[in-house]
Amino acid sequence: MKAAVIQFPGSNCDRDMKVALEHIMGADTIVHWHGDADLPEDIEFIAIPGGFSYGDYLRSGAMAARSPVMKAIIKAANRGVPTLGVCNGFQILTESGLLPGALMRNASQNFICRDVQLRVNNDTMFTKCYADGETISIPVAHHDGNYFADEATIKTLEDNNRIAFRYFEDVNGSQDDIAGITNENGNILGMMPHPERAIDVKHGGIDGQKLFHALIKKLA
Amino acid sequence: MGAVIFAKHKQVCGAIDSMKIKVFVTLKNGVLDPQGKAIHHALEGLGFRGINDVRAGRLIELDTDENISDENVQDMCRKLLANTVIEDFEIERN
Repeated sequence: MKAAVIQFPGSNCDRDMKVALEHIMGADTIVHWHGDADLPEDIEFIAIPGGFSYGDYLRSGAMAARSPVMKAIIKAANRGVPTLGVCNGFQILTESGLLPGALMRNASQNFICRDVQLRVNNDTMFTKCYADGETISIPVAHHDGNYFADEATIKTLEDNNRIAFRYFEDVNGSQDDIAGITNENGNILGMMPHPERAIDVKHGGIDGQKLFHALIKKLA
Repeated sequence: MGAVIFAKHKQVCGAIDSMKIKVFVTLKNGVLDPQGKAIHHALEGLGFRGINDVRAGRLIELDTDENISDENVQDMCRKLLANTVIEDFEIERN
């Protein structure tokens, strides 16, 4: 299985994501520079990692969402290639229009960096290895994680079971305590918490592993 | 030499063939503005009174050719300068 981690100027979780894809998914993983518009056709999984692409200029993820590789990512994702965006990756997915809504400044104005409890909805290709309603602990590290969408969008997400993860408490002001959502086809997941930082006992927890396990099953 | 003179002339008469466009980007009504709230709180902390609400936005200045159309600038706003999920924009030419 072949996977790509997309690297932007200012990405800083690209290496951790590559380790997760190689060690937990067993994927043959390339790191693809954003300036290269040609994403290999045989890529079966795309990961957009966390970080501060373009120094968060204009809005978090705004510049990266218009960078050369994005056209190829949008094409691949619309073709059904599973695509995961974590933290800044989630911001890039909303800015590019692949996921609805927007991620605004945390309601507290603070950068939040700690483990948070999440409730899992296992009705997505990314979360099917968790039990439904399972509580997991995954770290967050963000300044702009406050999910906003209009009422109609929130209702659509709820009605179609597209809210993959919810915070147990009000972490950042997100509507409906949303921590992660999928697109209509279910092949794109954006989430603020970092599953790639919870895959080894030395990380302090392994609750992120099942997300990557689920993708092996999907792609096998 | 001719080019230098032309460049100087352009500088003096800059208004003739270039234009400044201001794009104001603000959060939509109804979208919570934590930054504005923090500024409001800080102003009150400094003793300023009579402020009912504070909304923070962004000003983007474009130096453009004079013939650039309104539609073109609106297109820039929709495609990059503003995120229309949460933000409104206003364009001012002078």
